[in-house]
Amino acid sequence: MTTRTGNALAAQPERSLRVEHLVKAYQPGKPVLNDISFEVRGQNSVAIIGPSGTGKSTLIRCVNKLIPPTSGAVFVSGENISRLSGRALRHARRKIGMVFQEFNLVERLTVMENVLCGRLGYVSVWQAWRRTYPQDDIDRAFALLESIGLADFVHQRADSLSGGQRQRVGIARAIMQEPHVLLADEPTSSLDPKTSVEIMEVLVQLSEVHRIPLIINIHDVELARRFTSRIIGLSQGGIVFDGPPAELSNDHLKTIYGGEAWLQ
Amino acid sequence: MSGAEAFCRERPFKVNWPVRCAWFAAILYALYAANYLDVSWARFVVGLGNGATFLAEMVPPDFSRWQLLIDNLIETVEIAIIASAFGVLFSLPIGLLAARNLLPSWVTWPARTFIALCRSFHPVIFAILFVKAVGFGPLAGILTLVFASIGFIGKLFAEAIEEISLKPVEALRASGAPFISVIIYAVLPQVLNRFIGFASYQFDANLRNSTMVGIVGAGGIGGTMFAAFQRFDYDFLAAILLSIIGLVMLSEFISIRIKRVFQ
Repeated sequence: MTTRTGNALAAQPERSLRVEHLVKAYQPGKPVLNDISFEVRGQNSVAIIGPSGTGKSTLIRCVNKLIPPTSGAVFVSGENISRLSGRALRHARRKIGMVFQEFNLVERLTVMENVLCGRLGYVSVWQAWRRTYPQDDIDRAFALLESIGLADFVHQRADSLSGGQRQRVGIARAIMQEPHVLLADEPTSSLDPKTSVEIMEVLVQLSEVHRIPLIINIHDVELARRFTSRIIGLSQGGIVFDGPPAELSNDHLKTIYGGEAWLQ
Repeated sequence: MSGAEAFCRERPFKVNWPVRCAWFAAILYALYAANYLDVSWARFVVGLGNGATFLAEMVPPDFSRWQLLIDNLIETVEIAIIASAFGVLFSLPIGLLAARNLLPSWVTWPARTFIALCRSFHPVIFAILFVKAVGFGPLAGILTLVFASIGFIGKLFAEAIEEISLKPVEALRASGAPFISVIIYAVLPQVLNRFIGFASYQFDANLRNSTMVGIVGAGGIGGTMFAAFQRFDYDFLAAILLSIIGLVMLSEFISIRIKRVFQ
């Protein structure tokens, strides 16, 4: 199965996300995000760090237009999605997987139903209502759950799982979309330190196996350094650092977060 | 020292003279109204005597016309079941359209207006209107209770949807799911249990109301009951009242069973 997916992927152009001059102002004249541009290609993982309220979540939600950007453009694998709406936007969103801080699962549905939610953009409403997913989707869902250690929980309700297990389900749901980019909004903030590391491992590993560019909002600088190959530092709505973790110095962190007592 | 004394003498609770005056006025008005409407102890005693005669005439209940009674009860239950089925069926989409957290206001306010219209009249008034509109018989009763059901379940269902967690909704929107699929997967699972609760409660209410709509000629046992009243046929009336009590208790028992299945 891995080889089949691998071959299919090899035939496709490289998956990528490009953000160009993105501006978001909730109130005119007071931009939360000011002229953000960056690009991520292939199996790269990028951490976006920055203080609370600096627009990390807004940035990620501007990518899939859950929040409409004020100006600027977003390209997913070359397709400009900033002008799309309606059905075209829905089809574009299938290519953007999203993982949430509080998992955002449907508590009353089973793990399998939650994972198959990732295919809702591909199946008709009638198929969704009758729970008749293509066999291929179901096989993939089983394989995916197996690979992240949830094979025994397939038929359990999501609200019976632990935090780490729920986030795995959330990640599996996003991967089921066969996305061209994976966005994670503070995926470890609701978890304990040990589980946080496990979740980061799962995220990075799956993004590498499926060759999906990964963008993670995270406020834990150490986790960011440890698991990603590139760090983007946001401060007051602008990018103040963009480079490999090794180059991220305490001076940069001071610029990003302000103050210095916390660095001791 | 003198400052502490002054502090002690101060009342801990403020005296609110306007509120006291309002209470006094309310009591005065109640006494005046009772006097005006001739609600007095003497009148009450006369009423008690009258009630005793009435009760005495009701015993023993007369079940000799049991066939008529059964026919009427069946019609009553049928009105309640059909009205509940259609009422629930219609209130599901209407309640959904009225949920302000999912839909824009140009969709919700017509839906909310419709629900408000359904709620604005007591079922008796609806029954009178429908008897005039479609004629005597169970159809008028069914229409009455369909509208009553939409008013009740539609409103509660809309409120239940407005209380759901929007997090799964956000997740499924982000995955590109069509709106209806988002409803099916992220909204309905969160409200289904409560909806079943509302529906069974409404069936209960419909059953009791369907014994009443007959009084204005909209079908069911109410018509027979009203006729028995007017003919001073109190022993048959007692039989009717007893069978209504039996019917409502039976439905209570069944609805408890049904709820247990869905838990």
